[in-house]
Amino acid sequence: MKILVCITHVPDTTSKISFKDNNTQFDTSGVQFIIGPYDDYALARAVELKDATGGSVTVLNVGEATTEPTIRKALAIGADDAIRVNAEPTDAFFVAQQIAHYAKEGAYDLILMGRESIDYNGGAVHGMVGELLGMPSVSPVMKLEFDGNNAKMDREIEGGKETLELSLPFVAGCQEPIAEWKIPNMRGIMSARTKPLNVVEAVDSNGKTKVNGYEMPPAKGEVKMIDADNVEELVKLLKNEAKVL
Amino acid sequence: MSILVFVESADGIIKKSSLEAVAYAAALAKVQGTEVNAVAMGAIDNEELAKVGNYGVTRALHVANEKLNKGVIQAYASVLAQVMEKEGATTLILATSSLGNPVAARLAVKIDASLATNVTDLPETSGEFTVTRSIYTGKAFAKTVMNGEKKIIAIKKNAIELSESDEQANVEAFDAQLDDADFAAKITATEKAEGDVLLPEAEIVVSGGRGMKGPENWSMLEELAKSLGAATGCSKPVSDMDWRPHHEHVGQTGVKVSPNLYIAVGISGAIQHLAGVNSSKVIVVVNKDADAPFFKAADYGIVGDAFEVVPKITEAVKALNN
Ligand SMILES: Cc1cc2nc3c(=O)[nH]c(=O)nc-3n(C[C@H](O)[C@H](O)[C@H](O)COP(=O)(O)OP(=O)(O)OC[C@H]3O[C@@H](n4cnc5c(N)ncnc54)[C@H](O)[C@@H]3O)c2cc1C
Ligand SMILES: Nc1ncnc2c1ncn2[C@@H]1O[C@H](COP(=O)(O)O)[C@@H](O)[C@H]1O
Repeated sequence: MKILVCITHVPDTTSKISFKDNNTQFDTSGVQFIIGPYDDYALARAVELKDATGGSVTVLNVGEATTEPTIRKALAIGADDAIRVNAEPTDAFFVAQQIAHYAKEGAYDLILMGRESIDYNGGAVHGMVGELLGMPSVSPVMKLEFDGNNAKMDREIEGGKETLELSLPFVAGCQEPIAEWKIPNMRGIMSARTKPLNVVEAVDSNGKTKVNGYEMPPAKGEVKMIDADNVEELVKLLKNEAKVL
Repeated sequence: MSILVFVESADGIIKKSSLEAVAYAAALAKVQGTEVNAVAMGAIDNEELAKVGNYGVTRALHVANEKLNKGVIQAYASVLAQVMEKEGATTLILATSSLGNPVAARLAVKIDASLATNVTDLPETSGEFTVTRSIYTGKAFAKTVMNGEKKIIAIKKNAIELSESDEQANVEAFDAQLDDADFAAKITATEKAEGDVLLPEAEIVVSGGRGMKGPENWSMLEELAKSLGAATGCSKPVSDMDWRPHHEHVGQTGVKVSPNLYIAVGISGAIQHLAGVNSSKVIVVVNKDADAPFFKAADYGIVGDAFEVVPKITEAVKALNN
């Protein structure tokens, strides 16, 4: 199976988010970047599938040169090679067109992504790529098993899950517990240095959205502490002050 | 140039989040001075669908093909494209959901529309058409300009205040062409918690963490939830250890909730957990450790042992209900 895994390069989940230049630019100072946690699940499952049935895993990122350490980490985790589409990922449709173009060129059997990026939170790129390539797309997938070319998967729905059957090729947006995150070992890290990371140019495309500026949520007020022996007070406050009961 | 709103139902009842989408669509239509219609698919009664009238949309289309009783992503996208085309709709409104997002993404490509998901309020339309999106998992917002004539807007829960009238919508059948290729992904089974309040839809959520010690102690939280008409949630380790099903896991890598009231019991308040709850209106934290980070994100806090405090809260709520 030839697998393509699309990864994002996003701030660590513990990062403090802030903006600069009059709230028009994300402030990267002091921010650690990681593989998107959902993409990391997709990658872990891809490596497991390769280990079980053979084939290859290619990772793809649409991003500028600063994303390369993140891509190398994916190679250390077990991907065989990587593609970086050299462009700033400004819009979901723009990103989807890049992925669709290079996915078609590589004729992959299976395209795995995360259910959503944790910076943009669009939950859209996998569906767009599926439509662009004329392939089914399923998300969020929490279990993915194969019997030859036929997949059996669980998709999470509100309050439960549904089981689907589908044959290759298709696109899936992944989430836990599809696999456990993999931590690169020393051998992986060494070999990642020499694995191919091909930088390719972006294909012509127009984005359909544009960000005009950022805002922060209003600061939270002080917490009001209530004595553990006086919980009636809590219920009163919730009813009369917060008005949520 | 009309607006269409896609209405999702669960077990034949319109989802709360979809009613919000209906109210949003009606409000947008008013601003733009355009017509607005609703569309639903699969199993739903006319009487139930007519309720979209309560929220300002007086004509509803029903695509009543039983192949659409389950949420088949590709088929839903194709049907919505047909409805938009036939009705001359250029804007589609829907709720952000596990079905809504993947459907909207395919549809956006199909009809060449601009897509914004996780939208938190009505657009500014005086200059460029600009919506506010929740990004960085609730830690920030992006003012997003949507280009082009066609637009798809998936709204986040609580994006609009609901107010009800007793107006009913007229329901009409819509005959859509279904393509077998759209049913390549076969849904063979559905597993769903019966009768419970759906977590992403809930007005109130009672959530438990590792401080609950074990799955056998959840009945305490369920009882509190029941007295409040709330859904139950949990932290990631709790679902990792299989104390609770995965669809209850709240946070960065789980369900993002935005209820009016979030009650966290025995959860430390790690930043990844907070990412899933930071758009809640009011947060209550019960934790035996006064230094638990969750208190910094809370509106009300009680330092105490969950096993003593929670039953007392349940009692006080029951007393209030009576
Ligand atoms: C990339 C990434 C993504 C993650 N995503 C998520 C996510 O989506 N959701 C999530 O929840 N976590 C997530 N995590 C994990 C997160 O970092 C924390 O480990 C987790 O939230 C801790 O869960 P907890 O609060 O239940 O447990 P703990 O941190 O162990 O806290 C238990 C709390 O219970 C209190 N307690 C103990 N006994 C009692 C008692 N009798 N009465 C009252 N209080 C008591 C303790 O004081 C403590 O504060 C993620 C981590 C990473 C790295
Ligand atoms: N710039 C990018 N490069 C590669 N893959 C991406 C990029 N942006 C998004 N994706 C993939 O698409 C998924 C969904 O992203 P989104 O639609 O932004 O929530 C992510 O989890 C990734 O797998």
